[in-house]
Amino acid sequence: MATRPVTGEQRAFMTGNEVVAWAALAAGADIMYGYPITPQNEIMHYWTRMAPKYERGFLQTEDEISAGFATVGGVLAGKRAFTATAGPGNVLMQEAMAMAEMMRLPTVVVVTQRGGPSTATVIYSQQELNLTCFGGNGEGLRIVYSPASHDELFLYTIKAFNSAWKYRFPTFVLGDGYQSKMREPVTIFAPEARGITMEPCHPMVGLPGLPGEERDPAHLRNTYNLEDELYEVLMDAINAYESVAPQVMEWDTYAVDDAELLIIAHGVVSRAARAAVVTLRERGCKAGYFRPVTLRPFPAEPLRPLADRARNLLVVESAYGQLKRHVQAGLYGIPTPVTGYLRPGMGITPEEIAQCALSLLKN
Amino acid sequence: MAIAAQPQMPRVWRAETKPHKFCPGCGHGIVLKALGEAIDALGIQERTIFGCDIGCSLLSWDFFNLDTVQTHHGRTTPVLVGIKRARPELVVVSYMGDGGAYAIGAQHLVSSAARNDLVTIIVVNNTVYAMTGGQMAPTTLPGQKTETTPYGRDAGLTGRPILGPELVAAIAPPGAYVARGSIANIVQLKNFIQKGLQNQVEGRGIAFIEALSSCPTNWHTNAAATWRFVEEEMTAYFPVREFRTPDEKPSSPLREVPPRGF
Ligand SMILES: Cc1ncc(C[n+]2csc(CCOP(=O)(O)OP(=O)(O)O)c2C)c(N)n1
Ligand code: SF4
Ligand SMILES: [Mg+2]
Repeated sequence: MATRPVTGEQRAFMTGNEVVAWAALAAGADIMYGYPITPQNEIMHYWTRMAPKYERGFLQTEDEISAGFATVGGVLAGKRAFTATAGPGNVLMQEAMAMAEMMRLPTVVVVTQRGGPSTATVIYSQQELNLTCFGGNGEGLRIVYSPASHDELFLYTIKAFNSAWKYRFPTFVLGDGYQSKMREPVTIFAPEARGITMEPCHPMVGLPGLPGEERDPAHLRNTYNLEDELYEVLMDAINAYESVAPQVMEWDTYAVDDAELLIIAHGVVSRAARAAVVTLRERGCKAGYFRPVTLRPFPAEPLRPLADRARNLLVVESAYGQLKRHVQAGLYGIPTPVTGYLRPGMGITPEEIAQCALSLLKN
Repeated sequence: MAIAAQPQMPRVWRAETKPHKFCPGCGHGIVLKALGEAIDALGIQERTIFGCDIGCSLLSWDFFNLDTVQTHHGRTTPVLVGIKRARPELVVVSYMGDGGAYAIGAQHLVSSAARNDLVTIIVVNNTVYAMTGGQMAPTTLPGQKTETTPYGRDAGLTGRPILGPELVAAIAPPGAYVARGSIANIVQLKNFIQKGLQNQVEGRGIAFIEALSSCPTNWHTNAAATWRFVEEEMTAYFPVREFRTPDEKPSSPLREVPPRGF
């Protein structure tokens, strides 16, 4: 039986869903639990074709509630377990992710955003930002990566497993339907080929030794009797989150040094934003772009000086202000005006962004 | 077996957390005693994972010298199925109330039964939602008064009590073990649970045991009335017996070959 799905680096031309399945294999993911939903399906399709060859597991569950909770079970057992979902499935997934957040369980969820609310479209949007960052009855103690290309989809799927197990917060790769279905060139690689060491996994139940005699039993709970008891547990988690946030935070910038107009976008839209900046620069406009790669924790600190220096901020997203609200909260007190080019559920081209930017500069 | 009559704790009970947190007269402690004795008898303490639901079952989160996870209302079975699929060498016990099993978590029960998941599910049937203060449960008897059926359960409006083991017995493939026991017969209940654990250890299929249990707090009953309700009223509606054993022959031959053209 083969054990190494990817050796060294390999060039490929594939869809985003296929990239995710390969990345999970390369990362040493042990088991996937999943429920069909478009545009995520092919992650399961590729996984179920390849997983048996590498002794990895799969269970098709009865719904996303079960997929989420079974993923919780998989990580409790000490395995790199993951699931993938979208839209209404992401809604159902939140109950289990709230448990993972409370109990600091390193679950990994790949989200391929589709139109919302409700069933909406199976195609594309960036409308699951709020849900993925802050879904559940908690404080959003999660790590959320927003990749922009297939190369990044591969990298951040691997990274998601590492960040989850290193920091013990539920971790999400927030993709979208365009990335899922689009084919593009990508370099897939074995983590060690890029100097990435996989974070080891530890079981939280099923530990060695007779419980009660050779060791204490693991008694894991998410229910507490008193406000103070809960407060203590929560503040520990919040403090841990805040202390690792600077290490976890990632962002990308382009042409920001003298930028008077700063365009802010995440995920696949940031590619259009970057292209728009190139066009605008050719026309003599001092444009630059900032992209949060982690949406949680949100990289407000590196954004603030850039925003302060700029004359205009333009937030571009395929949602109606979900990113913009993050940006405005992060930039509180900075007087630079913020405009939104907000297209819920719609793809966004560089031309649209450039045009919007030009009309903004005219006014 | 005389073990059940002896007052001492099962070995797998965690003495530090006793006396336990259930109300006086509660059936949960009796069911957990039967479970503890069954685990002792099989010698599987070191590899058994105990999962409890939300409901009064959550009070057992530190009950045993077992690695334990307390989950969400109705979600214990998927968590334990997740553990079992990832680590098949473990023995997983999913412990919950009737609300968790038959209402909010019913889809998980049905699907685990259909998949013949290697999990031992123990459901405490106390005919009410106890933890939330005594509302109607899927198992509330016709005419029974609860906080949400203050004039008695009207079966015409709210349906008849669900028969859990009968449901699982109808769905589960050969290899399943399904039984209903009662806190009124702890020796039999322990045997049922032990067979249910054995079924998982041998990898034969799902094990499902419902235990008729008491909730004097929400029934507002004294000891005599509590036992009468369990032994007469509940037992009349919910037959106590085995429904499926793994050695039975399937009534119709199972089709195991793939359909043609695939
Ligand atoms: C999603 C969700 N809905 C509702 C509740 C509230 N709740 C807590 S316990 C419970 C009922 C428990 O009844 P049962 O499962 O029969 O267990 P018992 O307390 O009777 O042993 C409910 C509805 C919850 N915790 N979670
Ligand atoms: S409320 Fe009922 S079920 Fe819950 S602990 Fe008390 S007696 Fe037991
Ligand atoms: Mg109940």
